[in-house]
Amino acid sequence: MATPATVHSHAAPQGFIRKYVFSLDHKVIGIQYFFLALTAVWVGMILSLLMRVHMIWPNAVWPVLGDIKPETYLALVTMHGTIMVFFVLTTAPQGGFGNYVLPIQIGAPDMAFPVLNMLSFWTTFVGFVVLLAAFFVSGGAPLHGWTGYTPLSALPSAGPGEGLGADLWITSIAIFCVASLMGALNFITTTLDLRAKGMTLMRLPLTVWSWFITAILGLLAFGVLLSAGILLLMDRNLGTSFYVPLVVVNGIQMQHKGGSPLLWQHLFWFFGHPEVYIAILPGMGVTSQILSTFSRKPIFGYRAMVYAMLAIGFFGFMVWGHHMFMSGMSPYSAFAFSILTMCIGVPSAIKTFNWLGTMWKGRIRFQTPMLYAIGFVSLFVSGGLSGPFLAQPVLDIQLHDTAFVPAHFHLIMGVAAIFGIFAATYYWFPKMFGRMMNETLGKIHFFITLAGTYAIFMPMHYLGMAGQTRRYSQFTEVAYLQKLIPLNTFITWAAIITVSAQLIFVINLFWSLFKGPKASDNPWEATTLEWTTATPPPHDNFAGVTPVVNHGPYEYGVPGAEKDFVMQTAPASTPAH
Amino acid sequence: MGFALLVLIWLITLVSTYFFVAKTWWLPAGASAAAGWIDHQFALTYVIMGIVFVAAQLSLGYIVWRYRQTPKSPPVAYTHGNTTLEVTWTVLTAVLFIGLNLMGSTVWASQRFDPPESGAVQVEVTGMQFAWYFRYPGADGTYGRTKPSLMDPSAGGEAAVGLDTTDPSAKDDVVTGTMYLPVNREVDLSLRSVDVIHSFFVPSLRFKQDAVPGLNIRMHFKPTAIGEYEIACAELCGLGHYKMHGMVHVVSQEDFDKWLAAREAEKQ
Repeated sequence: MATPATVHSHAAPQGFIRKYVFSLDHKVIGIQYFFLALTAVWVGMILSLLMRVHMIWPNAVWPVLGDIKPETYLALVTMHGTIMVFFVLTTAPQGGFGNYVLPIQIGAPDMAFPVLNMLSFWTTFVGFVVLLAAFFVSGGAPLHGWTGYTPLSALPSAGPGEGLGADLWITSIAIFCVASLMGALNFITTTLDLRAKGMTLMRLPLTVWSWFITAILGLLAFGVLLSAGILLLMDRNLGTSFYVPLVVVNGIQMQHKGGSPLLWQHLFWFFGHPEVYIAILPGMGVTSQILSTFSRKPIFGYRAMVYAMLAIGFFGFMVWGHHMFMSGMSPYSAFAFSILTMCIGVPSAIKTFNWLGTMWKGRIRFQTPMLYAIGFVSLFVSGGLSGPFLAQPVLDIQLHDTAFVPAHFHLIMGVAAIFGIFAATYYWFPKMFGRMMNETLGKIHFFITLAGTYAIFMPMHYLGMAGQTRRYSQFTEVAYLQKLIPLNTFITWAAIITVSAQLIFVINLFWSLFKGPKASDNPWEATTLEWTTATPPPHDNFAGVTPVVNHGPYEYGVPGAEKDFVMQTAPASTPAH
Repeated sequence: MGFALLVLIWLITLVSTYFFVAKTWWLPAGASAAAGWIDHQFALTYVIMGIVFVAAQLSLGYIVWRYRQTPKSPPVAYTHGNTTLEVTWTVLTAVLFIGLNLMGSTVWASQRFDPPESGAVQVEVTGMQFAWYFRYPGADGTYGRTKPSLMDPSAGGEAAVGLDTTDPSAKDDVVTGTMYLPVNREVDLSLRSVDVIHSFFVPSLRFKQDAVPGLNIRMHFKPTAIGEYEIACAELCGLGHYKMHGMVHVVSQEDFDKWLAAREAEKQ
């Protein structure tokens, strides 16, 4: 193991640009990722709001925007999904909080490769700009959805936005893949090589485990998406036919033959399924951390939690075919994918039981981070239990590509992951910015957001059962869909209210940034290493001292200890694990 | 705060469950042979997952309220877990989830592994931006040749699917924009697409299958009730996806024969 001191050689920067813009400091880079994701989430959320209002009032003419056409609606679908999955759910938990917290939690002065870290952020930033540019080119953003199924995404003549917009879209994703690969290498190396003395693998906070496993998934998954994306660019621009068979679009025969549309789906979902765990695993980590801290009780079943995350990561690579039960893939392989998908439900259930076990007989404190962690558990259960429906090919005959699917994945890998991000924000904000966030605003924000989330996504299950197909820009053309418009109207209003309530979060964030009360070094009375150092931490995290770890990460309520928590760095003589 | 959380979580649970139990919105009435099996598996999954959902959410609400910190709270239970419990719930969940899955698999196998019954009516479904075409092979039981170079969507009908009228087996092929099927007879379906991926979804018949360019996907199902059923495209296929709509008319064998004969007559 290299010693942290030999790896971390860069001195504290002096000028503004090296300090805040092209910084090598993982803390600054983490905050940069966080604000990039915050910007992206607002863009993505506004797009979803436009989608919802268009579904209900398809003929409305809006100020500034004018009328939304069906193809514009589909461009919103594509961009909402792409922005949320890549630039929010992958960027904030891993690039943001992982970057900021992981090195401190393992007692390292920085990431293993600071320059690579800076490069991965700025590459991500470029990817985001390229993606947004798709809105402004001729034809606009692509209408093929975030999954970009070929041949629709491979043929410029297949629809508006499939020209330059689609090229920019796939280029942006390729850039993002490169950035994520750099980040993944950095996280893995840092976790393996830069742990402080005494920080054994079984003493790692579960947050570190979650970021570490996420990085491994990223390393294996993004490479495949990058390759798939390059092939798609070649099909689009160089006349190859990886994904396109002989097709006739609008009466015109295309110059392709012999390609396989299903090849794209296999490659895409080989990335796409691990990606949902990339989004949710850090949320599981932070939820475990917070539930233990605010229940003042050790995490229940630490080893089981680690093994469960490893199992989720492992199985996560063997279930991609469950997105393709209706695709024309061999019905025999559906069997295997289906059983393996059910297997992945098992470690997920283990985690839920252990979270409940952690709170059981605790002394629960209801500060805002804890509320969001509890909300995460509730959403994880609700979103998780629709999984066994969709995992069965025979039920997919009815449910695949209906509103049941967005109901499922929004609850679990969308909003549950967002709750993980909120929990992390309220929890680490004091450490990152040296000030406390407002508790009252935090609580109001939580209650509206939890109730609003359920009001939006629970009814989508009903719509899906009734057969409401996905990605319809309006419900006027199919008789049975017209009957579902009232419920859709309810969802749209719930979305308007819930999105508006997110202003409370933004106000709280920026107000607290400048005016919040000063935070102490350990406001939550937590035990992990980031709470042993100054608030905010100095450039090298521990002011030249390398911490020595003697205890596990969740030693709360230790009988015979001085306080109800024992820091990881407490003397070895302290009576704790 | 613990009580407020309990109220909110319980309320969400009860309201959500009410609409599931009351079946305010539900699967459309099934009109095919497989519908009974599929709906049975759906109901079974739904009851089991429903029980787990209610139990988990109610426990969560109860635990956060019961173990809230008060001045009188006893010291916490200092425990790092319980291996027996971990093993128990791991095994139970595995048996439940995998068992449930295996129960549904026989339905899947009968639908997708076995060939259609003999005497099935042959229909070819072709999807294109943004319409469905249905082709019946006629008395010879053989579909005539189609050619990409002959496809002309603006002309509709035979020209849209590119039927090569010089092929003898194409002479009696009937191409329509509405699907007619005889009741209680198996349908031997060939699914094709000429441009991008579409998905042939008939909710009432519990039928869905993507139509993929380059592939000819054979499927079979049996409508069991006379009626008109809507087709909705279920795979994003472009700007007109929302209006890629069609109708299936399930009629008596007699009416079906009459309808098909009339189409053949029109063609001559």
